Amino acid sequence: MKIAMKVNSHQVEIDVNGMKRLLDVLREDLRLTGTKEGCGEGECGACSVIIDGRVINSCLVPVCQMQEATITTVEGIAKDGRLDPLQQAFLLFGGAQCGICTPGMLIAARALLDSNPDPTIDEIRESIAGNLCRCTGYTKIIEAIEHAANSTSDPSI
Amino acid sequence: MPIGKNVSRKEGAEKLTGEARYVDDIVLEGMLYGKTIRSTVPRGLIKSVKFDSAYNWSGIVIADYRDIPGNNFVALIVNDQPLLAQSEIRHCEEPILLIAARTKQEVQQAARYIRIEYEELPPVLTIDDSLKSEPKIYADDNIYKRLCISRGDLEAGFRDADLIIEGEYRVPHQEQLYIETQGMIAIPGKGTMTVMGSMQCPYYVHRALKQIFNLSDEQAIVIQTTTGGGFGGKEEYPSMIAGHAALLALKSQRPVKMIYDRAEDIAATTKRHPGIIRHRTGVKRNGRLVASEIDIIFDGGAYVTLTPVVLSRGSIHSPGPYACDNVCINARAVATNTPPNGAFRGFGAPQVAFAYEMQMEKIAATLGLDPLDLRRINMLREGDITATGQRLNWSVGSEDVITAAVEKSNYLAKREQYRIDNESIGSKRRGIGLSFFFHGAAFTGSGEEKMKAKAGLEVTPEGKVRVLSGSTEIGQGTQTIFAQIVSSEMGIEFQQVEIEVPDTSRVPDSGPTVASRTCMIVGRVLQLAAREIKEKLILFTAERHGEANVKLIDGQYIANGKVLAGFSQVAHEYFSIHGELRVFANYVNPPGISWNEDTYSGDAYPVYSWGVDVAEVEVDPETYEIKLVKITTAQDVGRAIHPLLVEGQIEGGTLQAAGYGLLEELHWDRGRIVNNRLTNYIIPTSLDAPEMETIIIEKEYPHGPFGAKGVGELPMDGPAPAIAAAVFNATGAFISELPVTPERLHAEMEKREYEKDENNETNEN
Repeated sequence: MKIAMKVNSHQVEIDVNGMKRLLDVLREDLRLTGTKEGCGEGECGACSVIIDGRVINSCLVPVCQMQEATITTVEGIAKDGRLDPLQQAFLLFGGAQCGICTPGMLIAARALLDSNPDPTIDEIRESIAGNLCRCTGYTKIIEAIEHAANSTSDPSI
Repeated sequence: MPIGKNVSRKEGAEKLTGEARYVDDIVLEGMLYGKTIRSTVPRGLIKSVKFDSAYNWSGIVIADYRDIPGNNFVALIVNDQPLLAQSEIRHCEEPILLIAARTKQEVQQAARYIRIEYEELPPVLTIDDSLKSEPKIYADDNIYKRLCISRGDLEAGFRDADLIIEGEYRVPHQEQLYIETQGMIAIPGKGTMTVMGSMQCPYYVHRALKQIFNLSDEQAIVIQTTTGGGFGGKEEYPSMIAGHAALLALKSQRPVKMIYDRAEDIAATTKRHPGIIRHRTGVKRNGRLVASEIDIIFDGGAYVTLTPVVLSRGSIHSPGPYACDNVCINARAVATNTPPNGAFRGFGAPQVAFAYEMQMEKIAATLGLDPLDLRRINMLREGDITATGQRLNWSVGSEDVITAAVEKSNYLAKREQYRIDNESIGSKRRGIGLSFFFHGAAFTGSGEEKMKAKAGLEVTPEGKVRVLSGSTEIGQGTQTIFAQIVSSEMGIEFQQVEIEVPDTSRVPDSGPTVASRTCMIVGRVLQLAAREIKEKLILFTAERHGEANVKLIDGQYIANGKVLAGFSQVAHEYFSIHGELRVFANYVNPPGISWNEDTYSGDAYPVYSWGVDVAEVEVDPETYEIKLVKITTAQDVGRAIHPLLVEGQIEGGTLQAAGYGLLEELHWDRGRIVNNRLTNYIIPTSLDAPEMETIIIEKEYPHGPFGAKGVGELPMDGPAPAIAAAVFNATGAFISELPVTPERLHAEMEKREYEKDENNETNEN
């Protein structure tokens, strides 16, 4: 079936099996391979994308539901070839190690900061509770998100 | 000088933008998708393999053991694990057949039309069963390996003891659970086979391919792609999946990609060895250990794989970081009909650390000593001798880590406060406990001496220096620390160092990326290579400029206070005049290190890293839920080349070990893992992660690069016993089996209540 959606600010139209997972459409049809598969059942969050403002596991979404949807993947976070403050903070605070959970983490954190620019530590922990990381122990990811929030909400930092 | 500075990691930006290419992100022209057909019984013989004629097999490539041109074994320590089973099945999920098709859907569908019939044989599924030696599944006693370490006179020690304390500890399987599952792409060439994928050890895969396909060193080409975590799980297993992908590629003459889904990855690949560890300890009333008898049994699973080496590291670490003159360690690894257990961060040490630290808790409780005092009385200090007879000559941070962690966590005051709080009413019981541990860096015994790890540097036409090493970046920061070590040693900018992709056709064998050895051993080799290449280029510059006493500082060649040229310019000039400049170096053990493999005595490791964890927990007395509130940890890793990466290793390892302590458990049904999904194999989330406070102690190691030791595995050893000690402190329940689940705590507390009632009744009578 034909699907029209907006991915990372670009209007795209594809003709695919409507039951194909959004994850596979992104990775195979659109070649946006930044979105990863870690479990295929919505537990690890490596495939997180923002759909109409909400963080969703793209492995659980049949693409037929994406008609007219607005989707942001990790490739859409950096603007004009420059890292987003969140990406810079991950670099600065050691939030990425092996990097496989990083796209999903960034997406979950971006969605949090879009809706809540000044989150508490507990809110940050909650916002990434659906994203598993086996490398960092989460501490540096939480610090990075906290720093990004501060640097965005207070331009003097 | 970027040593000790938190420079941005080399491959950081590409991981943050989604540009990094992991194996599953790569698509090649004409590529097929492969799948492994596996056994469904734990032990038996293959009776028949049937391809249902209802399915059209014309588009499916099929390979079995008969297609293997070379030796049907995955090369490791001994040749016993087949790439594909021929007739005998020794564990569930054993690979039997391979199929490939143009799409993932097609290959999944075809798999449903294959029927394999077995003649089932009675399996051995647990350590206890294996020890009965019936049925015999390996040799005549089901034992892969026995080890014995002996020091002093054990019986004399026990005679000298005021008290003998015994304990039995049980540790379970643990899944590495890298978030990127195992995956490989094989590409057939004219007489060559190229395999690229997710791995820790390209040269292990290289060796395996050579044997399976009768290839020369040059014909087998192995390339690491960006790797989404390893933790030991991508030490030996990648040789298996690489062999499978390559066999399908050989048969189809097309590139073949194989990516495991999570269920297959958990069900079929290696786990941490489960074990039973018994301690019998003789102590004086003042707490001094005088005799230590330790019995270790690890479950190796169905094939030998790395088990003897895991058992070796486990045995050497089993007395813990404590001095005792009379020690006897007997260790065995047994065979079972379960998927082979293998490398996992810590490599035998986390298992024995849980046992030795819980034994220390038990001794302290029995003697009425504070566990901290007991550790201080017995801890190894510089100049002390370990169970293998190794005198600790350098870089012993034991005292420092204990002091730092105890002070920072406020251990003593909190222990007293919780004691008072827990006596009065309150919904939650709080507890604080600590663990003290050490970890030998690099290979055990004469491993490094035999390996002679090789790494090198080359000058690029663009005027940079490129690192040539088989060591892999798996998230821990290899690329970054290598660039720091080389740039610091040479006196050039961090950005002037590039890292070659680990590709066996372009980099030498630096040994596997395991055993906390990458920084200390391979980093050291690179430091030596950097020294040599620096001298060569200084000589070249001195001759060209007719200057003596040329120095290279911050990327500038300077003589007598005058800048002669920049590094890039000189490197570029050298390249234009002389062509390639490559320098290689090999690892050489520090002087005075010796190890006797026959008696298992001597210097087991060149040096040890040291750690203390202080865990704080809250226990709900109604639901028995355990909340891990905080872990304070102090770890002596020698010089921290990159403190942020060191903290990353410590925090990540600590949480992985907290999972081992509290959550992670496999459930089995007749040799098959039942909870092989992320829905039911539970690892810690951000909400389970405690607050962490990390203190890095830097007792420099004189033979490491800039004083660095190892850090990768150390953080895995301490958390489980620290958590169990905190639970013991909070509840009085002594849990001797991991993980410390609410169910286990409930059972132990019920038992205690029951025993208390019994005692009361006895007293009343």
